[in-house]
Amino acid sequence: MDLSALNSFHLDVLKEIGNIGAGNAATALAKLLNKKVDMKVPQIRIMGFSEVNEVLGGAETPVVGILLSVLGDISGYILFVLEQSAANTLVNILMSKKPDEELEYNEITLSALKEVGNILTGSYLSALSALTGLNIKPDVPALAIDMAGAILSVPAIEFGKTTDTVLYIETEFIEGKDRVIGDFFLVPDTESYIRLLDSLGAMS
Amino acid sequence: MTDNIIKVGMADVNFTKHPGVLVTLGLGSCVGIALYDKKMKMIGLAHIMLPWSHQAKNNANRAKFADTGIMLLLEKMSEAGASVNNMVAKLAGGAQMFTFSGSSDMIRIGQRNVEATKAVLQQLNIPVISEDTGGNYGRTIEFFSEDGRLMIKTIGHGIKYI
Repeated sequence: MDLSALNSFHLDVLKEIGNIGAGNAATALAKLLNKKVDMKVPQIRIMGFSEVNEVLGGAETPVVGILLSVLGDISGYILFVLEQSAANTLVNILMSKKPDEELEYNEITLSALKEVGNILTGSYLSALSALTGLNIKPDVPALAIDMAGAILSVPAIEFGKTTDTVLYIETEFIEGKDRVIGDFFLVPDTESYIRLLDSLGAMS
Repeated sequence: MTDNIIKVGMADVNFTKHPGVLVTLGLGSCVGIALYDKKMKMIGLAHIMLPWSHQAKNNANRAKFADTGIMLLLEKMSEAGASVNNMVAKLAGGAQMFTFSGSSDMIRIGQRNVEATKAVLQQLNIPVISEDTGGNYGRTIEFFSEDGRLMIKTIGHGIKYI
């Protein structure tokens, strides 16, 4: 089965997976920030590679990307992308500094950002695990601060070995009225999204 | 000027003649292969994701791989009148965006992309006259048909022309 065979029911189930995972992560983020964090309705993006660079408000937008391999019963990647100023605030709060203090990237602040990635992806995946009954665990996080396009291409390249399209379950985090502060991407490989759908009885 | 700018996405190839400009945004581990036929003032750009087509399960999209991507671009440029004998190449990209401590085979994909690209170009006798590859940062490239110069923009690593 390839991506084009997914029907609207399958897509709704995948959206719900994004909803539950990201909902849990948004709660964790709100606790870290001590602020209300909302999320948009998750989107299932099935794209050709030429479109991948255009998501996240443009390929050249500087962002903080935290990438983890997903291990256990499913495999793929989870990518948490933070707007730079949101990353700044998060780190300052974790380091007990003023939220708007300028952030210097060094070993300590970078490892603090990775820890944020750990906490949020951990809560996303544990919700997913509880929902599906599958064993899903995150690997050690890796971090990059660079152009959004260059960061998003990393999971896409993995897809490139087997398919010509890539499936992202994307959920945007919003603070205040409409300010996007982060973006969560679950990128399961082909076998894994079938397994996810199957575990929820959506394949029969 | 903006009418002449053509975007080349991931796993895509394109070419144009003077006064066109070819642009690729946010190259990470992918490699931008820029071919220039001086006589024709024709430029071509391939944005490849993976090194060798025979190593992948699905190689239907030729633009995805260094070997078939270069051939595809050459075919298109030759049809439009360019000649391999007049061509030079410039390369950009092939970075490693993330450093993994695990044993992921994503490690070195950028480097392997660059190696494969050079091997294919050497077989075709197309000289690589300049490159800006490797490192751990993304690149946006603009390729000008006027004189074959390649502009490379980065975040935190400046702008340069090669």
